[in-house]
Amino acid sequence: MLPALLRRTAVFLASVVVASVLVFGFMAVLPGDPAEVALGVNASPEAVAEVRAEFGTDRSKPVQYADWAGGLSVGDFGVSYVTQESVGTQINERMQVTLILVLAAMIVSLAIALPLGTIAAARHKKASGVALSAASQVGAAVPAFLAGILLVAVFSVQLGWFPSSGWTPPDEGFGDFLRQLILPAISLGVVEGAVLTRYVRSAVLEVLREDFLRTARAKGLTPNQALVWHGLRNAAIPVITVLGLQLSTLLIGAVVIERVYVIPGLGSLLLDGVSNRDLLLVQGVVMVLVVAVLIVNYLVDVLYVVIDPRLRRS
Amino acid sequence: MRSLVRSAAVVAAGTLVLVFGACGGEGTESSGGGGGGGASTTVKIGLNAEPENLDFTTTDGAAIPEALLVNVYEGLVKLNEEGEIVPLLAKSWDLSKDRRTYTFQLQEGAKFSNGDPFNADAVKFSIERVQSDDWKISLKSYMDVVDQVKVNSPTEVEVVLKQPSNNWLFQMTTRIGAMFSPNGVDDLANTPIGTGPYLLERWTRGDSILLSQNPDYWGEKPPMEAVTLRYFKDATALNNALLSGAIDVINDIQAPDSLTQFTGDDRFQVIEGTTNGEITLALNNESGPMKDTRIRQAISKGLDREAILKTAWAGRGELIGSMVPPTDPWYEDLTDVHGYDPEAAKQLLAEAGASDLEIRFRVPNLPYATAPAQVVKSQLAKIGVTANIDVLEFPARWLAEVFTKADYDMSIVQHVEPRDIVTFGNPDYYWRYDSPKVQKLLAEGDKGSEEEQTEALKQVARTLAEDAAAAWLYVFPNITVTKKGIEGLPQNRVSESLDLTEITRG
Repeated sequence: MLPALLRRTAVFLASVVVASVLVFGFMAVLPGDPAEVALGVNASPEAVAEVRAEFGTDRSKPVQYADWAGGLSVGDFGVSYVTQESVGTQINERMQVTLILVLAAMIVSLAIALPLGTIAAARHKKASGVALSAASQVGAAVPAFLAGILLVAVFSVQLGWFPSSGWTPPDEGFGDFLRQLILPAISLGVVEGAVLTRYVRSAVLEVLREDFLRTARAKGLTPNQALVWHGLRNAAIPVITVLGLQLSTLLIGAVVIERVYVIPGLGSLLLDGVSNRDLLLVQGVVMVLVVAVLIVNYLVDVLYVVIDPRLRRS
Repeated sequence: MRSLVRSAAVVAAGTLVLVFGACGGEGTESSGGGGGGGASTTVKIGLNAEPENLDFTTTDGAAIPEALLVNVYEGLVKLNEEGEIVPLLAKSWDLSKDRRTYTFQLQEGAKFSNGDPFNADAVKFSIERVQSDDWKISLKSYMDVVDQVKVNSPTEVEVVLKQPSNNWLFQMTTRIGAMFSPNGVDDLANTPIGTGPYLLERWTRGDSILLSQNPDYWGEKPPMEAVTLRYFKDATALNNALLSGAIDVINDIQAPDSLTQFTGDDRFQVIEGTTNGEITLALNNESGPMKDTRIRQAISKGLDREAILKTAWAGRGELIGSMVPPTDPWYEDLTDVHGYDPEAAKQLLAEAGASDLEIRFRVPNLPYATAPAQVVKSQLAKIGVTANIDVLEFPARWLAEVFTKADYDMSIVQHVEPRDIVTFGNPDYYWRYDSPKVQKLLAEGDKGSEEEQTEALKQVARTLAEDAAAAWLYVFPNITVTKKGIEGLPQNRVSESLDLTEITRG
């Protein structure tokens, strides 16, 4: 167990280093100069040179990388050129928003996928099960931003039930917070829910064919009892794998959804950073996203062991 | 199997009820709006571009002065809706006979929001600070003409210029004229300290700026207790916010096609005014085919501006023929100087030996540019010019390639800076237009009396049009959509600030 853990940690750290080089490299080859962007269409070349020196972007790329990576290794993301504020602070503020959005979307997708997937599996030979399965296929094909635009058109512009955009932190008005969270969470969650429904369905179907389920029936349980007591726990394993992968998808989907609903999360911070050529900010946000995905994958591995005792022995 | 289905359905239904129920209960409470005070004294305005930070001394861009100038920061003078210079922190001023010395009488009792008094020392400090290295943006060069600032008394200040300059007083209405307190410049990026009728109450990055009435304001307090500026990167989201009641005003609509959503709806009113923003077809006067005056003139003659405006911007805006918006004193209708005449255009191209011309048309990825670019391309095709559109990310790539390196033949930019005709006097500016005649006229106009200035700039505008130093399409309209009952927003947008001092709601 311990060597495996050490190896995983080494892989994790190596991935972080490689990611940092890639992220820096992409930003370095991206055309556009932060100093030019800061000074805009009135800039004189002298002023641009001066600002470039102040930002430190006139130094050689390896020096800039070493400076940035050195700071990162002690948790210092640097200070943004453009907003003149600590990158770490900004990421921290925005991450809270994105995490809430992603978790809410995850809850929505589970609330859809678990019951519907199970029903679709249990009734897979009946018309209702086939219809559910087909519906989930259609749902999975809808991009989140399209779902977002449609939901806004119906529920906020036409019906006026929910605000079309905006964000209120939960501690500044929980009612407003929920009202503003609901449409983005559904836009993001419904599509993922549809994808997940299909995984739940196939996992449950798989389990239904297992020998131990037949044994459970043989000792007198009804089909439903057998499925609930013995089947669902086994079906959870592949679902959790997918859930881990989906968390990454949700994080990326949040970038788009935040723009549609004007939510000040990590995604909108990233897009603003790219358009302002705020190099340190973009590098910081991408690193945080990369590390988040790596950590999720790690946690998924650990969760397997918790859920399936068979894995503990090996 | 049936009971499993039923319990699954119950779980799903229960989740929905929980989620919807929790939010439904709060709905009525929160409808007043989060600005403090009743609904009649707060207003929410939707805008397109958010400031990157709040320090316009080091960061360029229109969004910072739009929010803060006149509202939070004040200058000695401001620009009214008609484009005239009117008193603000200066009650009055005199200009000496040699037109070099301005003597300002200052408002008494004005205070900065940190409690410091506004006086002649603050004026001296603010003007000299623009000349120092603390200011970074290039507009600061308009302050170069100031020789010295003398404090005569706490309420009288004298500004001596190196040579007469009409443009200096005008530029004092812009951000470089903003008055700062010597103790109030430590954290400009987050904490603006001015004398204006509003205070920065809160800035939620990525979302909104909340301005609240300044209780100690020296002048007449604005009717609104609080104004929220909410920022939307996406035009559809902005429209939806007004349609669903989340905001009260859309300032400066970027998609005129969407206006039909509002024009037929009696909950809203659409107000159209004008701006300083010349939609300019920039031409590279220094290299490539556009170096040839005949080719530039042919381009100008090949454009049916009326059709471009109609197709690209729903016919809203005003056609222009030079770098002067109709609100400037030296405006003349110059659209006929090289008006639409495709036959003449073809002939000019033939004379220049460029009957089969191919040019690089590098445009920013912004709606105001990409919409007319398509129409321009198809019109130029009719006179035998192939314009290859290359859409560049704005600002970063456009600045790097077109603006800094002048690596282009033709581009489209909305030039919003007030009185930016002077950029044609700078041969290094990206149009690379080097005309000693224009440079001389601009210098004379700046030094002369107001009448002489107007006369000189009329000549500059005409020369630019005749030379086809660029091709001008139209002045960008200022289209505001508000809920019925909201009044007092400036109809025209001719200064850098969005003046919120008179906005009311019925």
